[in-house]
Amino acid sequence: MAYFLQQMINGLTVGSMFGLIAIGYTMVYGIIGMVNFAHGDIFMVGGFIAIIAFMVLGLLGITWVPLALLCILILGMAFTALHGWVVERVAYRPLRGSNRLAPLISAIGMSIFLQNYVQLLQGARNKALPPIISGGIEVMDMGGFAVKLGYMQIVIVGLTIVLMIGFTLLISRTSLGRQQRACEQDMKMAWLLGVDVDRTIALTFVMGAGLAAVAGLVWLMYYGVIDFFVGYLAGIKAFTAAVLGGIGSLPGAMLGGILIGLIDTLWAGYFSNEYHDVATFAVLVLVLIFRPTGLLGKPEIEKV
Amino acid sequence: MAEATVNTSAAPAAATGARAHEPSFVYLVKDALATGAIALALAFPLVGFRTVDRGSTTIIETRFGQMFLGVAVIALGRFAFSLIDAGYARAILAGSGVLSVAWLLLVAVDPGGAAIFPLGWMSWMLVVSVALRAAYVSWGDRSEARGDAVSPGDRVAATVQRLAVFFGPVLLLFAIAMPLLPMADQRWVDLGILVLTYVMLGWGLNVVVGLAGLLDLGYVAFYAVGAYSYAIIAKTFGLNFWEALPMAGGLAAMFGVLLGFPVLRLRGDYLAIVTLGFGEIVRVVLLNWNELSNGPKGIGEIPRPSFFGMPFTPAPPQGVTSFHQWFSAHLWEIGFSPIQRAVYLYYIILLLALLTNIFTLRIRKLPIGRAWEALREDEIACRALGINPTNTKLTAFAIGAMFGGFAGSFFATRQGFISPESFNFIESAIILAIVVLGGMGSQIGVVIASIVLIGGPEWFRDLESYRMLAFGGLMVLIMIWRPQGLLAFREPTILLKPKAGPP
Amino acid sequence: MTATAMTTTAMNAAAALPLLQVDHLSMRFGGLVAVDDVSFTAMDRQITGIIGPNGAGKTTVFNCLTGFYKPTVGRLALSHSDGREFLLERMDGFRITQHAHVARTFQNIRLFPRMSVLENLIVAQHNKLMRASGYSVFGILGLGVYRRAEQAAVERARYWLGRVGLTDRANDEAGNLPYGAQRRLEIARAMCTEPVLLCLDEPAAGLNARESEELNELLKFIRDEHKIGVLLIEHDMSVVMRISDHIVVLDYGRKIADGNPEKIRNDPTVIRAYLGEEEDETLPPEVARDLGVRG
Ligand SMILES: Nc1ncnc2c1ncn2[C@@H]1O[C@H](COP(=O)(O)OP(=O)(O)OP(=O)(O)O)[C@@H](O)[C@H]1O
Ligand SMILES: [Mg+2]
Repeated sequence: MAYFLQQMINGLTVGSMFGLIAIGYTMVYGIIGMVNFAHGDIFMVGGFIAIIAFMVLGLLGITWVPLALLCILILGMAFTALHGWVVERVAYRPLRGSNRLAPLISAIGMSIFLQNYVQLLQGARNKALPPIISGGIEVMDMGGFAVKLGYMQIVIVGLTIVLMIGFTLLISRTSLGRQQRACEQDMKMAWLLGVDVDRTIALTFVMGAGLAAVAGLVWLMYYGVIDFFVGYLAGIKAFTAAVLGGIGSLPGAMLGGILIGLIDTLWAGYFSNEYHDVATFAVLVLVLIFRPTGLLGKPEIEKV
Repeated sequence: MAEATVNTSAAPAAATGARAHEPSFVYLVKDALATGAIALALAFPLVGFRTVDRGSTTIIETRFGQMFLGVAVIALGRFAFSLIDAGYARAILAGSGVLSVAWLLLVAVDPGGAAIFPLGWMSWMLVVSVALRAAYVSWGDRSEARGDAVSPGDRVAATVQRLAVFFGPVLLLFAIAMPLLPMADQRWVDLGILVLTYVMLGWGLNVVVGLAGLLDLGYVAFYAVGAYSYAIIAKTFGLNFWEALPMAGGLAAMFGVLLGFPVLRLRGDYLAIVTLGFGEIVRVVLLNWNELSNGPKGIGEIPRPSFFGMPFTPAPPQGVTSFHQWFSAHLWEIGFSPIQRAVYLYYIILLLALLTNIFTLRIRKLPIGRAWEALREDEIACRALGINPTNTKLTAFAIGAMFGGFAGSFFATRQGFISPESFNFIESAIILAIVVLGGMGSQIGVVIASIVLIGGPEWFRDLESYRMLAFGGLMVLIMIWRPQGLLAFREPTILLKPKAGPP
Repeated sequence: MTATAMTTTAMNAAAALPLLQVDHLSMRFGGLVAVDDVSFTAMDRQITGIIGPNGAGKTTVFNCLTGFYKPTVGRLALSHSDGREFLLERMDGFRITQHAHVARTFQNIRLFPRMSVLENLIVAQHNKLMRASGYSVFGILGLGVYRRAEQAAVERARYWLGRVGLTDRANDEAGNLPYGAQRRLEIARAMCTEPVLLCLDEPAAGLNARESEELNELLKFIRDEHKIGVLLIEHDMSVVMRISDHIVVLDYGRKIADGNPEKIRNDPTVIRAYLGEEEDETLPPEVARDLGVRG
């Protein structure tokens, strides 16, 4: 029981991170109907920018943790969002309205490019960061097994909740959100009504990348290491989360993220550590076959 | 380098912008500076700083010098691109052409001299791409002036395809004669085997991606299934290469059907990500299922191919004739040499690749091949014509998988040792890059791409680390420039001939 | 004009047998009822027009007929002249064309744009050719059985190319044809599947007057010489009124009228549906001409 509780806590933490990445997939899919394969790598770039920012701030003598974290959060989001914007501008915008295979291949190319770009610039080996926030609360002790809730875990889940609330408000209350929803429903019509479609799509990528940057930062702090390949697996899992939750739906992405986090951790905790990636893929395939609209998604009927 | 891509692809947008604003010099300079500013912001965290491992800790270094040089190169490149579009294509072509040739000469004379250019190869590639773009645009302008309806890109593709009629047989003759040429040492033959393996993989994947339009990101899984099936079948049942090959191919095709059946109904991008996942699953299973695959240690001592039962060994066991003994007895005296086996392997893969090619060329002209292409064009229309989309896609998937499996068996028998390491996503990405850069659907394109992308880096070892970076960047660029594929040029599979005889 | 319509109707009525029986067809998308309890019968060797304002549910009826949508409620029975009956609502989309021989065209043209005109017509004969090629085995081996079948397919394509006047464009890419030619090619492609029921979704949209006239001739030819039933969605009244033997009028998903062109032309409900609710007695001249109402 205690073990289970511990796994649940860990799963929730990991799931929050998947959820943050999944939002980027889901929003982009919602608006232009494509899987942004490079999104996992944007997350990885976010992680790298975070580790570099940590070290630079350390050199500059900014070591008070809350201030440093805030700086890194803002810097990381800004620089990563810029990467997201450029990726859209370079690899996807010229292909809008072209055949359906072209943007997919372009996205794959972009993903390969980013991985190798970071590998060349920063080296292929793991980058390690000493723990910034350590320690935690002992929630309870059952039969000699102490269930721990790390401060880092609290930070991650808390940050995710705050971002989710802010984000939901952004989409439902602001004019940007309205424009985004309009583009989602009918891009041509939105354009005719004076919505700047290009700008709206670009901002979608920017927001997705910003959230991925947060995920990169907390991932780095939680695991303490990052490498250029981390975006590949995390990306697939986050995408699975987006599909499971119902692609195109924001709460769905979060829900899917948490479920995937739980499946991942519980599988690793109870069955076999080796096969927990396989478990995620199995979930992906099963969901796509039996319920392609996911848990919270709207059914998609092809118009003929 | 990410910024280099910004440049080239943003050029068309700059062109329209520049034309709309009356291409004033000031505007172009401002535009180049803006690009430079974005590049600087992008480069600042990842290029400007470098994490270095010192023992157990990581420290950080700066390299602002390189960063500024890089950004300057990019701003200049952007400026050159906008000048090309503003009508100075000839001048830019002359300038960049001279510059890139001069650079090559410099390297030829003094290999260390490359350092004169900031950022070495990278800026050379930018100069070359500026030159290419300038050539393309000035050519396009001329053909526009002549009133040609066909874009220069289409014309290049058409020309290559037409030349392929002559070029193909020459290439084939060369491929057949290569191991017998005097300069063919072990290194040449090995390189030939490597290139041909990728040609075969490329042709196999071309059926799936180029003809049927299904983006398969886990092609390497079938390669792995083929390799492991061959290794296990050959070792467990003591079958030789030619006996085990069809079984391995069949098993790979079966995997293709098993995977394809549930997922081929999915829309294109879901299919892509599921195949990506499948590739990963196969690798993870191979890594962990020790009883079957011997885990990360891999399978060794895989039977090598023999020539009609005659092994390629210096001293065969009692009662077995080895190839060189037989050859010496019946033709002329040769001693044992490891190259004999390499040459034999070379001809095996050449044969397999040619079979793949002939099969593909034939099946393209059959109803199933036309249905693949029709599905790629419009699945809904296909359904309205009574074509079963799932089954049709499934055949493409299975046939692609089968060729992947054949190539895998060959890989296993050639290496004599396989481990899951050889079958990761990078491998899938390389094969896909060959297909895409070669011009989806173009058979000769795959050959050219394999020679350039596989052969090239083998010769220029120092480019190795940039290889995948260039693959990724080129995939993006080619999609932007020619979304149908670089050498995409489609001959109709059947022509209507005027009716013979009286009507 | 009225007289010709009358005679064709009378002539065909004698030979006509019910081909398609639509009973209580409803199609719901979430809260939206796109087709609401529609029933009608389409006769063999007749042109049945389906008209109605934008969004009336015409295309949705076609999508149900050809298996792209599964109807929420309803029975769609197709009877072949040999007595076989198919319940279309139970069949997969591609099987409807393959076995029940219903062919269709699309409101927004769906050709295979990068394949040649001839290839478009050959792909339409896929199932037949697949069988002849022994599911590709004979084809790969280059056996005569397959070569003869392919030759026959080319001849059928040649026939239809001649019919729609595209013989000299046969080897060009379909996507490069002018708009009107693409529409005709799509009809030719549908005919190459050898249908018993041909469903055309606004085939005259975007055609000029002469092309529209040629289309009329083509449709009559298909009906009279190939002896099949045609379902025709069309906004252009001059086409519908002149060549339909029978007309079904939909509005907001419901059937509001059903009958021969003469009857529809004078039906007050139809006129109201087209002109809106305000009872405006003076029709705009072009509408009046199209509807043939003498003001
Ligand atoms: N896949 C779908 N999902 C949701 N609503 C749909 C779908 N297909 C059609 N509809 C709706 O059903 C209604 C009828 O559409 P339909 O296309 O059948 O009209 P139509 O009579 O063909 O109109 P038009 O003359 O404009 O072609 C419309 O309100 C349309 O928005
Ligand atoms: Mg319609």
